[in-house]
Amino acid sequence: MPRQSFERHLHELQDEVLVLGSMVASATDRSMEALKNRDLELAKQVVSDDRKINRKRFDIEEMCLELLSTQQPMAGDLRIIVAVLNIIVDLERMADYAEGTAKIAIMIGDEPPLKPLVDLPRMAEKSTVMLRRSLDAFIKRDAEAARQIITEDDEVDNLYDQVFRELLVFMMSDPRTITRATRLIWVAHNLERTADRVTNICERVIFAVTGKMEEIAVSKY
Amino acid sequence: MDPKIRTANIDFFYGSRQVLRKVTLDIKEYSITALMGPSGCGKSTFLRALNRMNDIIPKARLSGQVLLDGSDIYSAETDVVEVRKRVGMVFQQPNPLPKSIFENVAFGPRMLGINHRSKLEKTVERSLKAAALWDEVKDCIDQSGLALSGGQQQRLCIARALAVDPEVILMDEPCSALDPVATLKIEELMYDLKKEYTIVIVTHNMQQAARVSEWTGFFLSGELVEYGKTSELFKRPRDKRTEDYITGRFG
Repeated sequence: MPRQSFERHLHELQDEVLVLGSMVASATDRSMEALKNRDLELAKQVVSDDRKINRKRFDIEEMCLELLSTQQPMAGDLRIIVAVLNIIVDLERMADYAEGTAKIAIMIGDEPPLKPLVDLPRMAEKSTVMLRRSLDAFIKRDAEAARQIITEDDEVDNLYDQVFRELLVFMMSDPRTITRATRLIWVAHNLERTADRVTNICERVIFAVTGKMEEIAVSKY
Repeated sequence: MDPKIRTANIDFFYGSRQVLRKVTLDIKEYSITALMGPSGCGKSTFLRALNRMNDIIPKARLSGQVLLDGSDIYSAETDVVEVRKRVGMVFQQPNPLPKSIFENVAFGPRMLGINHRSKLEKTVERSLKAAALWDEVKDCIDQSGLALSGGQQQRLCIARALAVDPEVILMDEPCSALDPVATLKIEELMYDLKKEYTIVIVTHNMQQAARVSEWTGFFLSGELVEYGKTSELFKRPRDKRTEDYITGRFG
């Protein structure tokens, strides 16, 4: 069998991307949980875990550089490594959004809740499902699945609109809610961005599989 | 722009064994075209067909056309010596003649009847400069060509090819006997030479093909599987067999 060791390294690289992806999805989930349940300890944990995510991203980048410099990958192999280099940047940024949400949870502290959170957790859940599926599409080299996931970004955008409108009503009817409502809008914005980053990953999956660089995702925001 | 060389449906046989099958390919002027493929794929046979070097092999037979600036080099009216003057060749192993550096380069022009010393001196200097060897040998031009290093010998052979003013230079694995530094020098030289010459190089070394050429052809079992812009072929090969070969999943 030719290039067994290269194949093994390429698998390891993709496994590491999955690990990073799952760290990011968990950070997003936990930041929302911390916000919803006012769990400051959990929020602090998400903030401190961000360093591990950054470290993992650099480790993966290092693996890519090593494969590029020692194996001279070509064609499909080259595209996968270049896709990984891009995907990890998106993942790392998504983790920063989760960290941002956790920091907002800390900022809100024990202020009285504005309202029970319903749509924000939905946005978080939708984004992390999209994220997990996008990485699954990457591993399976499934460009069609990637295209499908991109279209689902609209759902997150619609939830964002809804959250925004709802919070606007709160602020207009009672200006004392402005600070708390604005913080929640920041959270919604973080989640909207997170889902957008998933569509970037999907575009990279399509590139890795087909060799074509297409910008399919045109987000409202 | 018309191609410098156009091959149309070349079939090539050694006796009853067919080694090229319907190879059709256009080689652009003032560019570097790389031909790659596994051993025995026919790439060197194809290269040698471009200046009729296969003519001397017994029982070798070619059909199809090789057009140099539109004229078939295999037609009855073609002068083989003229073809080989216009289409020079550099081989895998540097093969300087057991003569001085000067005489190695002057050999071709002398064969063409040029004996005037100052004219030869000019040609030798021009050729050695073009082959990026002049500065290294100008003070020992009468020493034996065999005393040079491998990389220098290969550049001497390139100078020898340039001395008869060819239009096309065929290179058959020109760097496979050289170390990385000498290889780099030859590659740099090729880059300079393509401004005035059309270069076709056969190489086993994919990275070399990717580095130096603008056009790449991939041969497999005597067939030209894929031919296109080098940058496209290595990023997005169209044929699965090319992809398998360049990603090392061949076999």
